[in-house]
Amino acid sequence: MDGLAAYVVRRLLFLPVTLLIVSFATFCITRWGPGDPISVYSGQYRDPEAFERVRHQYGLDRSIPEQYGIWLKDVVLHGDFGPSFRFRDRDIPEIIGPKIWVSFRLSIYAFFLTFLIGIPIGVIAAVKQGSWLDPFLISVFLFFQSVPALVTVPIMVLIFAAKLHWLPPGGFDGMFSTSMVIPTLALSLPGIAGIARLARATTLGTLGADFVRTARAKGIAEFDVITRHVVRNSVVPVMTTVVGLSLVGLIEGALFTETLLGINGIGRFAFESVNTRDYNVVLAIVLLGATAFVFANLLVDLALVVVDPRIRAGRPQ
Amino acid sequence: MTTAIGGEAEVYAELEAEPRRAASPTGRTLRRLLRKKLAVACLVVIAIFYAAGIFAPLLAPHGYSEQNLDLSFSGPSVDHPFGTDRLGRDMLSRNMYAARTTVVVTLATVLAGGFVLPLGLGLLAGYRPGAIDWAINRAGEVLSSLPALPMLLLINASLRTRFVDLVSWFEDRIHYHGLTSSGFADYFLIFSALSLFGWVGGMRLIRTQVLTLRSAEYVLAAEASGAGTWRIISRHLLPNVMPLVLVGVSASLGAVAGSEIALTFLGVGIQPPHPSFGALITDGASRTVLENHPQLLLVPASIVASLIFAFNLLGDALNDVITPGAR
Repeated sequence: MDGLAAYVVRRLLFLPVTLLIVSFATFCITRWGPGDPISVYSGQYRDPEAFERVRHQYGLDRSIPEQYGIWLKDVVLHGDFGPSFRFRDRDIPEIIGPKIWVSFRLSIYAFFLTFLIGIPIGVIAAVKQGSWLDPFLISVFLFFQSVPALVTVPIMVLIFAAKLHWLPPGGFDGMFSTSMVIPTLALSLPGIAGIARLARATTLGTLGADFVRTARAKGIAEFDVITRHVVRNSVVPVMTTVVGLSLVGLIEGALFTETLLGINGIGRFAFESVNTRDYNVVLAIVLLGATAFVFANLLVDLALVVVDPRIRAGRPQ
Repeated sequence: MTTAIGGEAEVYAELEAEPRRAASPTGRTLRRLLRKKLAVACLVVIAIFYAAGIFAPLLAPHGYSEQNLDLSFSGPSVDHPFGTDRLGRDMLSRNMYAARTTVVVTLATVLAGGFVLPLGLGLLAGYRPGAIDWAINRAGEVLSSLPALPMLLLINASLRTRFVDLVSWFEDRIHYHGLTSSGFADYFLIFSALSLFGWVGGMRLIRTQVLTLRSAEYVLAAEASGAGTWRIISRHLLPNVMPLVLVGVSASLGAVAGSEIALTFLGVGIQPPHPSFGALITDGASRTVLENHPQLLLVPASIVASLIFAFNLLGDALNDVITPGAR
């Protein structure tokens, strides 16, 4: 396990470097742009003296490297991400915490549904290679991948909410309500094709392996050969490649579903924060996203070592 | 999609058809691709879309901003086959000009980043292990850990005006004002930023392929006979990674067409009055329009979805063609 420990330490040591680069780049992009939060909130007819005073109070009149230094010191020493300009008396974690919780619950079904549908579809397509079923299944899900969420969500709302009155037209009432149906479909359908294609490719590789032939020669039923021997070996590479990526995909998909369905989650909030130049909130969200991505990938790598001892950490396959 | 036996027959047919010519990997890939009916159908759809876009100024029956308020929200007719929108603008013409926007955006993005960046960096990282490989991979890790969409919004919000200022300053110098007035400057920035986030996956694919090829005998032989880095990359490695690049480009063209819709919906993509599928779909998706005139959403949505679908299917077919064992 020495190599594994060293690998984890190396990855974790690189995380602060990543975050430092990401935060500096994001910081510069936000502050260098035209307009600042104070001019957004003070509106068109403002008192120049008060405007300058507030800017000075928030340190926005200093140079960009100087502002970054102050921000970095507060984050590292006090865990303080600076003030939000829009919600003045609240800490940033306190503002974005509940919104992340909403988005998390909104996308959790979609995350598992993508794998639960994608992997069997890919395996079936591979097993049925050469028949019409293989291209048909892949094409169907490639079609779902091709229709933008901007089209599917309004159409689903029109049919299921406005015409049939089966589902609410938007909003979020917790994980166990009908308000989950449309977001879950909108978030999971586009991702299935990618997983299915990958699962198909790895399954095709496994199907030709010697141990599969041995299993068949022993007289094991074809269904058991596929489920016990093939699937177990082809799911692992699928998980490595896509868990991190689908996490990012969900965050981006959430931005649209949340905006279109009027749900108060982190995706929509990020969009609003960029538009109102709420710098510190945007920075916190970007850093949180980057950290989550790095940790998700690390956890997947570790899980893979547990699942498949042949894989040496850091050098899959 | 052929059976295993059909696949073998294909190989024999190919051997007989071209006994002498040493086929380049790209040529071989393309010839195999053209034997697939589905792939040819996709190419036809893509060709029609691109032709409609490129020749929109010649073919479109009306201008994209020509209004006729008497004909607001009229249904399909001989004069307006796809009907008209709220301002009585001809939807057929607007869809054609939207296709034109998609043509420009996809080509520009792929040329800027979808093609050159992953190819160049992948070749470099694969062939030059050590510091260069390390640096390229760490840069890729940092970029892929960023949430791309919020970053694009941020880049747009902060840098667009600066960039447009820069372009018009440059235009004043060269006494040519087509770049800003055509809206080019507006979306150039956002789509080059898009390719900045899009190269990592392709780079990794190509790097892995190059790592395998590097120890191939013909590369070792070339090295032994004193060929330089540039010669090995351009003559020996590049032709063999081109099929992979084709797969990547086909997939990313579809993705770029989709991103245009997403970005325009969020207000950072193509700016009005220029028509684009993002703008048409955003207009058509509003509740009242969708309930009373569903064709205003369904027509542009099905056109652009069939383009993206064609690119995705084509990418899948190409992938099948180049993956040994999956044919």
